[in-house]
Amino acid sequence: MDKTLKAFGLALALTTAIAGAAMAQPTEVRIGVALEPPALDPTAGAAEAIDIVVYQNVFEGLVRIDQNGAVQPGLAESWTISEDGLTYTFKLHDGVTFHDGTTFDAEDVKFTFDRILSEDSVNAHREFYEPITSISVIDPLTIELKLDRQIGRFLFDLGRGDAVIVAPESADNNANEPIGTGPFAFVQWDKGSRVVLEAYGPYWGEPVHLTKASYVFIGDTATMTNALLAGDIDGTNNFSTEALAVFEGNPQFNVLVGTTEGETILSTNNKREPFDNLKVRQAMAHALDRQAIIDGTTNGYGVPIGAPFAPHNPYYVDLTGTYPYDPDAARALLAEAGYPDGFSATLKLPPVGYARTSGQIIASQFAAVGIKLQLINVEWAQWLEDVYANKDFDLTIISHVEPFDIGNYANPDYYFGYDNPDFQALITTLNGTTDEAKRKELAIEAQTILANDAVNGYLFELAQTGVWNAKLTGMWQNSPIEGLVLRDIHWTE
Amino acid sequence: MKRLLSHPSLVIGLSATLVFLVVGIVSLIWTPYPIEQIDIPRRFLAPSAAHWLGTDNLGRDMMSLVMAGTWTSFLVAAVAVAIGVGVGVPLGLAAAAWGGPVEWLVLRLTDFVFAFPAVIVAILITTLLGPSAINAIVAIGVFNIPVFARVARGGALGVATLDFVAAGRLAGLGNALIAWRHLLPNIMSLIIVQGTIQMSLGILAEAGLSYIGLGTQPPETSLGLMLRDAQGVFLIHPWLTLVPGISIVLIVIALNIAGDGLRDAIDPRLRQGNPNVLA
Repeated sequence: MDKTLKAFGLALALTTAIAGAAMAQPTEVRIGVALEPPALDPTAGAAEAIDIVVYQNVFEGLVRIDQNGAVQPGLAESWTISEDGLTYTFKLHDGVTFHDGTTFDAEDVKFTFDRILSEDSVNAHREFYEPITSISVIDPLTIELKLDRQIGRFLFDLGRGDAVIVAPESADNNANEPIGTGPFAFVQWDKGSRVVLEAYGPYWGEPVHLTKASYVFIGDTATMTNALLAGDIDGTNNFSTEALAVFEGNPQFNVLVGTTEGETILSTNNKREPFDNLKVRQAMAHALDRQAIIDGTTNGYGVPIGAPFAPHNPYYVDLTGTYPYDPDAARALLAEAGYPDGFSATLKLPPVGYARTSGQIIASQFAAVGIKLQLINVEWAQWLEDVYANKDFDLTIISHVEPFDIGNYANPDYYFGYDNPDFQALITTLNGTTDEAKRKELAIEAQTILANDAVNGYLFELAQTGVWNAKLTGMWQNSPIEGLVLRDIHWTE
Repeated sequence: MKRLLSHPSLVIGLSATLVFLVVGIVSLIWTPYPIEQIDIPRRFLAPSAAHWLGTDNLGRDMMSLVMAGTWTSFLVAAVAVAIGVGVGVPLGLAAAAWGGPVEWLVLRLTDFVFAFPAVIVAILITTLLGPSAINAIVAIGVFNIPVFARVARGGALGVATLDFVAAGRLAGLGNALIAWRHLLPNIMSLIIVQGTIQMSLGILAEAGLSYIGLGTQPPETSLGLMLRDAQGVFLIHPWLTLVPGISIVLIVIALNIAGDGLRDAIDPRLRQGNPNVLA
């Protein structure tokens, strides 16, 4: 008994000592994130998890998006746009180096865009940059991009994770050992556990407050809750809403509720029977009770959507009434479509809480109108491979987190296979329009088409529900672009 | 019968097991609410007259879920035990009756399977075949095989040297008939006792596999799956974890008490400690 007590006392003394040591250096941060990225190269993958770790931390683009979604100078300190809107000339920052010591100049920018536009490009969003016709190096610090048509959001697109600048010397290894120009350099990736970043001393911009940041991968809500309570992690940018009540009202934590660009949809394989039938998709839309899905999945933190468009966007139009919840109408439409007894389909669910939970709710709602869903839980890599890349699915639930990603619906090869030439023409017009009022009009028209066509089941806009140590500040409350930007995060006393 | 009833632990264990079994069987024809019925507005209700055990995070009736989950547990464990008995006992008997290379082979095979921790074998199988209740049954069944093979061989070896077996051999019975007529009836009690213990282990294994997402899949339910669903909200709604957790504990304790009682009641010889059963 005595020995146990002594051992316990010793252990207590040790933990206190360790805690004391940690408190003396408040320049490190450990952040819990639910999904581990499949790789770390944001120019070669669609997964948000990649950007969460590296966007604006390890890698930077010519411009960067700030927490209000506005475009700010990045590696380019200034730029000019020609009268016709087709030529962009960027003046680059001097004295910028990559983390391996090589110098950043206009050749790296040219290399980056040549790589995105090459025949064998693996960029997830080549289409954003496809209007670029030429990339010319004027001098080592000046680069000129020429477009074949006007693109309204071209600067924003340059600020995405897909267009961060990489060096020819290191680009091939970025998936495992990312080397960029950002304020944080990659240190190590313990697969299945964490990624460690360290402040990069010779960083060209304003020095950052943190010296070290670790991303700890914790997929399970209960484990994340315990890690936060025990102080094993200092915060997370998106905590599962089901257990958020644990931290609300706890003065040691700061719960940050904000918006994201994540439209959560019941993604539907439009090329497969019976989903190629508009009536079937309309029936499915009528069978969805959004409010129940939002309450059950996010505890009311989501905002219902009627089209794949963010409600806080100025171009947003509320289309949730297009196909209101109406099981009778759903049954009638199914009968009209030739499925009076409904049909069976599979629903593949990636390992994220909102998908697994809403999947069960949707299966129950669909069962009420005769659609029998078989739920298949898949791992993240398997989802990217089977569903996203090989389009082998009936239905899936996923949040599309890219800003202004309505253009995906104009890509007939996109995984849900929506092929509508009218819509494609509309998006081309929209992209080429710079007049704000006209853009808004076109964006509303685009949303209306997608709502009417019931391409996917539009469920809700994800909220960002961060839980952070109350002594940390500088985190983004909203998430206007995929990423978890460490730049301004620091400890206060 | 009187001898059986004189063991209180056996009576308690068996009747508790029976209660759970009946609850499980009833769930096949009737549950207070359909288990797949999700009703968001009524989620997280406390126990009440309408919902005896409250409702879960999706508004499903906990009583109905526990009933259905209990059935899943029994079914998975029982089929897994049947697999173990069906394959393991013949192997063990063959080892005892034939001896020599047959025995060597059986023992090495059981050693081989035993060399992997049971849960690892189960995870391996469900990873290869995909998560489902059926694969959980196969996984748990496979790890039951060597257990029964050893118990059968150990028990049979003790019997095989007795005079009546020798008499059978003199009468011209072959190894197979010896095993069937003389060895098997004499080790039945061992098998039954071991079966009860493996049932409780099987229920635990099923709960474990479902808990880590490799067993029963929604919208089917099992006690392990209920635990998994509830753990995220454990700090806010501990009740949701307590209900399936305590159910698992009670079922396993009931089976273990029943198993101990059976061992005492059926085979007094075992009181002297037979290593084959204790193993």
